[in-house]
Amino acid sequence: MARLTLQQKLAILSDAAKYDASCASSGTTRRDSRSGGIGSAGGTGICHAYTPDGRCISLLKILMTNFCIYDCAYCINRVSSNVERARFSPEEVVTLTLEFYRRNMIEGLFLSSGIIRSPDQTMGDMVRIARMLRVDHGFKGYIHLKTIPDAAPDLVAEAGLYADRLSVNIELPQDASLRDLAPEKRPETIRATMADVRLNREAATERSHTGRRPPRFAPAGQSTQMIVGADQATDRDILKTSANLYSGYQLKRVYYSAFSPIPDASAVLPLIKPPLMREHRLYQADWLMRFYGFEADEIGAAHPSGNLDLAIDPKLAWALANRAQFPVDVARASREMLLRVPGFGTKTVARILSARRNGPVRYGDLLRMGAIMSKAQPFVTLPDWSPGALTDSAGLRARFAPPPEQLSLF
Amino acid sequence: MICVTLPRFARFEAWRAVARDLASARIPPPEVTWADPDTPPDLFGAEPPPPPGQHKVTATQDFLQLARQAASHSDPERWALLYAALIRAQDDRRFLSNPADPMLDRLSRMAKSVRRDIHKMHAFVRFHELPSEGPRRRFAAWFEPEHPILEAGTPFFAKRFADMDWLIATPEGIARFMGGAIEYAPPEPRPDLPDDHSHDLWQTYFANIFNPARIKTQAMRSEMPLKYWKNLPETRLIPDMLADAPRRVQAMREAGASTAPAFAPKITARLRQPLPETTPATLQDAGAQAARCTRCDLCHAATQTVWGEGTPDAPLMIVGEAPGDHEDLQGRPFVGPAGQLLRTTMAETGLDPGRAWLTNAVKHFRFAPRGKRRLHQSPDGSHIQQCRWWLDLERRLVAPRLTLALGATAALALTGNRQPLTPRRGRIEPALDGGPVLITWHPSLILRLPPDRAPAALSEFRADLSLAAGLIA
Repeated sequence: MARLTLQQKLAILSDAAKYDASCASSGTTRRDSRSGGIGSAGGTGICHAYTPDGRCISLLKILMTNFCIYDCAYCINRVSSNVERARFSPEEVVTLTLEFYRRNMIEGLFLSSGIIRSPDQTMGDMVRIARMLRVDHGFKGYIHLKTIPDAAPDLVAEAGLYADRLSVNIELPQDASLRDLAPEKRPETIRATMADVRLNREAATERSHTGRRPPRFAPAGQSTQMIVGADQATDRDILKTSANLYSGYQLKRVYYSAFSPIPDASAVLPLIKPPLMREHRLYQADWLMRFYGFEADEIGAAHPSGNLDLAIDPKLAWALANRAQFPVDVARASREMLLRVPGFGTKTVARILSARRNGPVRYGDLLRMGAIMSKAQPFVTLPDWSPGALTDSAGLRARFAPPPEQLSLF
Repeated sequence: MICVTLPRFARFEAWRAVARDLASARIPPPEVTWADPDTPPDLFGAEPPPPPGQHKVTATQDFLQLARQAASHSDPERWALLYAALIRAQDDRRFLSNPADPMLDRLSRMAKSVRRDIHKMHAFVRFHELPSEGPRRRFAAWFEPEHPILEAGTPFFAKRFADMDWLIATPEGIARFMGGAIEYAPPEPRPDLPDDHSHDLWQTYFANIFNPARIKTQAMRSEMPLKYWKNLPETRLIPDMLADAPRRVQAMREAGASTAPAFAPKITARLRQPLPETTPATLQDAGAQAARCTRCDLCHAATQTVWGEGTPDAPLMIVGEAPGDHEDLQGRPFVGPAGQLLRTTMAETGLDPGRAWLTNAVKHFRFAPRGKRRLHQSPDGSHIQQCRWWLDLERRLVAPRLTLALGATAALALTGNRQPLTPRRGRIEPALDGGPVLITWHPSLILRLPPDRAPAALSEFRADLSLAAGLIA
């Protein structure tokens, strides 16, 4: 086999990494290079570019290698795939990261890998790359390491000292699907690794008896990814799994990744058109759970199928299914109830709360404060607006849903 | 009419000093015009600023922050608007906390637009490496922001790239960072930047990280607006990437499933060793099998099976209800608050942990998620029923002389009797498999009881543990 150039390896190993949706580079400890080294982090994340698939490029997202001994049906890098294989040396990963970083193309590195030889071997190599960046080069930028389930706890513990974020992918919303489609992976060890990361993070915030703080462990927390549309799970199942993961492991994010065609597909998993709208609605529902006080069951119950309405957003769908709670009097309603009004975001609600201390809030004020009044109209009363019979009118959903399209016969 | 010409750099500080003096004389905003060095105003009738007046001038931190941001907006009216807001705030600053106020709204929108432009500058500046003779590497970039944000946007780069010299040239001026400090200079024509091999690698990365099966150009356009594209070389690839995407997707579909390489089945066979079908013969094997248990549905939400631990041939088996939050995360029984109480009480009553096997009637945690917390739920009859298979196996392998049942769930699992616990506590009942079971409180009950009732329960618990210690002595 001819030796691959760095450019060829980069092409193969970024192509292999693109199915992981995570891109965050925010929320870590504040630091910069004025006291030495290179780089800074800790503010809001920065997206340095966008590709036409709508995903941002914040980190250099690559695999260390796409050789893999596992056979996960949904994955381009599974052992039974004929995809071209490559492997970076640790020095190559470090050089690429630093050179892209110095040209202000990235916030840092997101390193993942196929499993080579054993989980410990793979995790050990990834930790070595992170150590070279942090210790040898004084790199202060962001590092996200994919944690290999089944890797030894001391490797995970060391990874957390260098990485800003660790993530373990739950892969699929239901254990049974994971057992079917990724037979070498085990849901209980994936969750146990997440639990381990959580416990490590908590231990790192407790002062010792001398009052000294231990070094921070993965200060930007942990996240995970779920593939949507590769199994039969409903959106309600997916959201319940997310709720379990958020509550159990204090995850910062669950990423939903619409199952996307891969070259060299597996026979057990036929290719589909990626359900992008479903993915989008799941993200909206996820936001409702994290910032708007909704429970997974409430969102999932809005439609009898257990799936989210693709035509309208999940908050609107919930409001339409729970019209007895509306209209809401904006002058008096609690913060919790204002957050449930379609068209009001968290910032709008914060503005309403401070504006109504200064006097009555009218329709025009809400528009200025960022409310989407076309959505909020049927659900609020204001000094100069009353929805009348609109709230309970039969045709209300049709006002928001796009007109039905004629289905193609072929 | 008073005319104030602000300098090219440090403009906000200059505006602030002049505005303070003008406001101290309460000069009405319409009487002042503000000019930039690049836009010389009509000088007819312009007067110099008057001397400071008698009035005290105040501004809140929030206002100054807002004003500083809005001052970097390209709107030529910004200085006049800021001065009008300053004058207005001297009499009544309440409007500054009212998001519905039109003046505050306009300033906030300007500040927001500036913040976004600065953020995009941090994102889209692309350095090219220049030849360097000294020890520090040298880089340069050309960038065209929407607003005059050179001074507001560049300190970020000084913090991030402290170990290299760099230059960012914009139509507004040039920021030069050499040896640790930024200097600003008037604009010069756009520099010619040399080719840089890392930019070729970057284009390779950009083209390959793109997934042709998901096209969402709207998201790309809203976050990477077209106005910035001319200075982002990778955007030149986008038309071809988009044009080629349908063909690539079609090719994936048509190619369909492939034949696995010959080595794949060997690796797979080595990794996929099925669980033995036989009933395990040791506690360790049983634990390994239980780790994969799916007999009930608790395993889907819980982290892991919490198997028992202790001495395999212990004379005493202690059975609790089910793992709690801590046990579930750590994968070990009795490590949470109730477990702590059990362990300290055992120590107090002389019950040697080396002579006990600790386990639970149900081996998976049952909970309801509530935001960031998991609320404990007791297992129900079906969970107890399914998990009894493991408890029975555990009992056969440990073969304890005495079993201590903590709480109603353990008592039910061991004896099959679901009667209330109060009359049964402290007594010995026969287990379903015949062995003696001493029934006592679950330590978590003692932790939950109100302060007037907890001490009595604790002393009963202690007495039962002492009794157990005596029975296995």
